[in-house]
Amino acid sequence: MTYEFTKEDLDRIESIKKEYPEVKATTLQVLWVAQDRFGHVDADVQRLVAATLELPEAHVHGVASFYTQYYKQKMGKHVLDVCTCLSCQLCGGYDILNHLEKKLGIKAGETTKDGMFSLQQVECLGACGYAPMLQVTNGEFVNHLTEEKVDHLLDKLRNGEDPEHEMMEMPLRKQKENP
Amino acid sequence: MSQSDWRTYKPVLIPPVDNLHEIEVYRKQGGYEALKSVLTDKKRWADPKSVVDEVKAANIRGRGGAGFNAGLKWSFMPPADGGPRYLACNGDESEPGTFKDRKIFEYNPHLFIEGAVIAAYAMEITTIYVYIRGEYRPFIEMMRKAVQDAYKNGMLGKNILKSNFSVDMVVASGAGAYICGEETSMLESIEGKRGYPRVKPPFPAQKGLWGRPTTINNIETLSCVPLVIRNGADWFSSIGAKNHPGPLLYGISGHVNRPGVYELPSGVPVLELIEEVAGGMRNGKKLKAIIPGGSSTPILRADQLDGVTMDSDSLRTAGSMLGTSGMVVMDEDTDIVEVLWRISHFYHHESCGQCTPCRDGTGWLEKILLKIRNGDGETRDLDLLLDVTTQMEGRTICALADAAAWPVRYTITRFRDEFEARCKKSVHALV
Ligand SMILES: Cc1cc2nc3c(=O)[nH]c(=O)nc-3n(C[C@H](O)[C@H](O)[C@H](O)COP(=O)(O)O)c2cc1C
Ligand code: SF4
Ligand code: FES
Repeated sequence: MTYEFTKEDLDRIESIKKEYPEVKATTLQVLWVAQDRFGHVDADVQRLVAATLELPEAHVHGVASFYTQYYKQKMGKHVLDVCTCLSCQLCGGYDILNHLEKKLGIKAGETTKDGMFSLQQVECLGACGYAPMLQVTNGEFVNHLTEEKVDHLLDKLRNGEDPEHEMMEMPLRKQKENP
Repeated sequence: MSQSDWRTYKPVLIPPVDNLHEIEVYRKQGGYEALKSVLTDKKRWADPKSVVDEVKAANIRGRGGAGFNAGLKWSFMPPADGGPRYLACNGDESEPGTFKDRKIFEYNPHLFIEGAVIAAYAMEITTIYVYIRGEYRPFIEMMRKAVQDAYKNGMLGKNILKSNFSVDMVVASGAGAYICGEETSMLESIEGKRGYPRVKPPFPAQKGLWGRPTTINNIETLSCVPLVIRNGADWFSSIGAKNHPGPLLYGISGHVNRPGVYELPSGVPVLELIEEVAGGMRNGKKLKAIIPGGSSTPILRADQLDGVTMDSDSLRTAGSMLGTSGMVVMDEDTDIVEVLWRISHFYHHESCGQCTPCRDGTGWLEKILLKIRNGDGETRDLDLLLDVTTQMEGRTICALADAAAWPVRYTITRFRDEFEARCKKSVHALV
């Protein structure tokens, strides 16, 4: 398939170029622009990035393949990244993953037939105090998961609603101000 | 007021002020006054070096894990030669158990920006890169907004606060790779490449980004800087533990009632942190063990914790490290074998593969632990595991191999009985 950046994307790329002393340094950031636009960076998208930046395809491919967040193939509409790392493991991350596997009828690493959901098991996402948790398509974090909360999230996503940003209350507010 | 007693301590890194992430609110709270003082009060700050000296005297120990004195690190920068010089701010925050820097992005981004600009002035730096792990997309966007606001308010860019000092700040997004938290790997990533750590020397102060002098600091480390400038090095170094002073963001996770990030002085007793700050153990269970500062720091059994405080000296004596002060708490029902296998899986997954002892070693650790976990291990496998760790430690380009080896070494020595209980007796023990 052939892909093309929009005018808006190209403007974004131009402003990224100004932030670095050489074009090569923009590779990660421009791969993000591409993934935001096309939903993945498969071989064709990588070729587009290389051509746009006038960099060798091998370089762009090398970078895309090193970093786990770039999708090297088309994914489901929503990608659910379930953390099973240390703190999430301790707080039931694997149970959440199992629940999702059952609910969606797929294994981690697969996509539902309707193309709605991809499920992945991931390493620590930096939300250990809010375990178990998952991240939706490299975006919002959904914390303190229970099976009910997961079901609710699936319904919302199916209805086309975005998960909202969960501001984590600072625990210190409770121990505020000693007179 | 003494800020040393944690029970009466008032947070300064993430104080409970509504909408502090907005620049107007931050400025009303005295924000950017430290920067103004540094740039314009020539009586107090004769030259950039005087700022380095003050920060050195405060003894801000790096909050990224290694605990190196920030001001001392700054003093390694060679004299300015008119060419570009860089500050690379480490917001990669990927060590399991660590989730503190995100609080600064979310609640007090301008404190960090102010600290980074002061650091830039002190080291005559021309561009600041802020590298944030790609998974923190919501926080990256918050930081980008804060940086824009700082530009609009003249705190970044040309002639900051009408002085003749200028510096730019760029927020760079990672894309999923734990190794990019290692400082030279982060530099490679900022340069748009695969995150392979570099062989040192040359050190980044000599040859960092694009071969130019570069200093690397953690986000929390830099956020301490405006506090030091505002209140003085003595004030800072009088907070908390003597050899590791200052405010500290403790990330507490695992089996406690109130997990979360708490800002307190350094050196809070571990047991008080669990019982009083984090609300005690969940479901009234007993404490089994903690990992004090991210998954690479050696595990401590509950019976090793009497009188231990959260600072480098006390934790070293106890047999561990402060690391990132991200403490993971485990209750009596925790399956230690399962936990260690999961930690080893993490490091194997994240090894960049450049060095054989790390690439193969992390693979072996995971493989053998998986075998033990599945009930197919033999007692001699435990000695094999220890042997593998010995062959990994100190033999690689970066410290990931050590970070992978330590948990295995210490978890096995400290919970040997639990591992043996899962193993079959070896017919031929390893000699
Ligand atoms: C494998 C590995 C991962 C690391 N990850 C991080 C990280 O995520 N964030 C961080 O600030 N430092 C991390 N560090 C430490 C950095 O290399 C570096 O010491 C630190 O950013 C320096 O800042 P500081 O002196 O202010 O702590 C890591 C080190 C290693 C070996
Ligand atoms: S020690 Fe491991 S992570 Fe570090 S450079 Fe070597 S292979 Fe890569
Ligand atoms: S272990 Fe799951 S977010 Fe850190």
